[in-house]
Amino acid sequence: MSDFLVYLMTGLGTGCGIALVGSGLVLIHRVTRVVNFAQGTFAVVGALTAISLLDAGLPHGLAELLGVAVAAVVGLLFGMVAIGRRGTSPQAALMVTLGLGILAYAVEVMLWGDQGRSSEGLSGAVTVFGARIQTHYLLIIGVTAAVFAAMAVLFGRTYAGKALSACSSNPYAARVVGISVTRMGLIAFAIGGALGGLAGVLLAPMNSMAFDSDVALIINGFAAAVVGSMHHIGRTLAGALFLGVAEAMVAGYGSATYQTVVALGLVLALMIGQAARTHSVVAEAG
Amino acid sequence: MNVSPPSPSDVVEVRDLVVRYGAATALDSVSLRVAPGEMVALVGPNGAGKSTLVNTLTGILTPASGSVEVRARIAQVPEGRQMFGDLTVDDNLRLGAWQMSGRGRSRRKQRDTSWVYELLPDLVRVRDRKAGGLSGGQQQMVAVGRALMSRPEVLVIDELSLGLAPLIVADLAEHLTELNREQGTAVVLIEQNARLALDLCSRAYVLEAGRIAAEGDSANLAASPDIARAYLGEAQGLPGPPDAQDDPGPDDTGPHDRATADPAPTPGTAKTARGNQGTTVQSARAAAQEAT
Repeated sequence: MSDFLVYLMTGLGTGCGIALVGSGLVLIHRVTRVVNFAQGTFAVVGALTAISLLDAGLPHGLAELLGVAVAAVVGLLFGMVAIGRRGTSPQAALMVTLGLGILAYAVEVMLWGDQGRSSEGLSGAVTVFGARIQTHYLLIIGVTAAVFAAMAVLFGRTYAGKALSACSSNPYAARVVGISVTRMGLIAFAIGGALGGLAGVLLAPMNSMAFDSDVALIINGFAAAVVGSMHHIGRTLAGALFLGVAEAMVAGYGSATYQTVVALGLVLALMIGQAARTHSVVAEAG
Repeated sequence: MNVSPPSPSDVVEVRDLVVRYGAATALDSVSLRVAPGEMVALVGPNGAGKSTLVNTLTGILTPASGSVEVRARIAQVPEGRQMFGDLTVDDNLRLGAWQMSGRGRSRRKQRDTSWVYELLPDLVRVRDRKAGGLSGGQQQMVAVGRALMSRPEVLVIDELSLGLAPLIVADLAEHLTELNREQGTAVVLIEQNARLALDLCSRAYVLEAGRIAAEGDSANLAASPDIARAYLGEAQGLPGPPDAQDDPGPDDTGPHDRATADPAPTPGTAKTARGNQGTTVQSARAAAQEAT
């Protein structure tokens, strides 16, 4: 029972990190229709920046905050390259984000080397039903809950959030009412960068971060975003938590080697399921 | 045909406008004017350049040459309604005020939709429904209401009647007339349904193949045999006159032909003009009266 609880909380913590990466993907896709394959890069940049600042003597909290801010700026810059030129198709922008992600490898290796680095998380643990749960996992869960609540308010209640949704719903109509679709897209990229950076600084104490850690993050984040049909933030969170817990259970009761296989298998099954559903709808319509 | 000269008080003045899509010329030397509080129609067949002109007026497209001066707040009801389908009717309306730049209480007032519901009461019962699930007529009302939220002095409506039943069109036309009469909003109505446009507006331009082929008072244009034949369906079911069949087409219409109400009716024109469908405000109103 205590093992199960430990795996569950570990999985939820990891799932929250995945959810932050996935929600960044969804947010950017919602506003710009671009699948941003550089989303994992934002997490790496955020984490490595925060670790460097901690090494330089900055206190916890401030270092992580600056790491997230740098990731947001990187997100904005990536957005400017990917969608800044009017008329760039989402498909072309997708390829640009892929290229930028690879370019970022070179910059990251130059700045931080190619070895994985980790930071100290929140120390301490609490005991629940005999299971010892690290406090840092509770921090990740709490921060993620707050971020998702803020996003629900942003899109559900605020005027700016409605304008962001309007850009995805009908870009032409958005231009007609005077909303700058490009500016909104850049805002989405900056928020996406911040979400990725937040995932990075929160996950850095649990997994060491290197320039190529973005691959595992983007695979998991993309899997969660697919569960949310690249549109629904809440379903993305549910998908990410499921993935995180499933991976923790596989690692706990089986072997950690199969963690990524679980994520890939889930994405594959979902994509096949969604394609079959779409096909049957088209067949019925025909 | 009663072409009034441009005046400094005009809210819209377009001179010698040329708009190109790559190598293709969509608008060629188009000039038009709209006076404050005036209802002006722009009629013409599919592909004449009507929507291009609208998008240039509202700044979505950039002209290759010529000048576009809009001296008042302008808002557009785009072709095909263009809803934010995932958002509610109320959100759609509120986003219409996006460009208003107030703060605090003034901003809340700008985003207040209650006056639009008073003007378009049919929208009250669907205000919390997703706009994508509404009927075509309801969506057109939302599109009009959304444009009104920016408190325009000029309202440009691209294809008011497209895909809508005559009764719905008559209802919308009634609302527009009321808006024009009570709030003094100038209306530029872009329509394939020439009869509806000429009935509603006092002045009209006929656009063919990117050029103004005729302009003048709506009544005079409607009385012109060529306009009637090409756009108002009076030759419906009949072959065009021999001289029309031999006409070289609108591309050869020179600038001197403007203001002559003589829009070189090509064989295809009468078929594409939606005036032939008999969708008129009067007939719809008569039908409505009969129904009651």
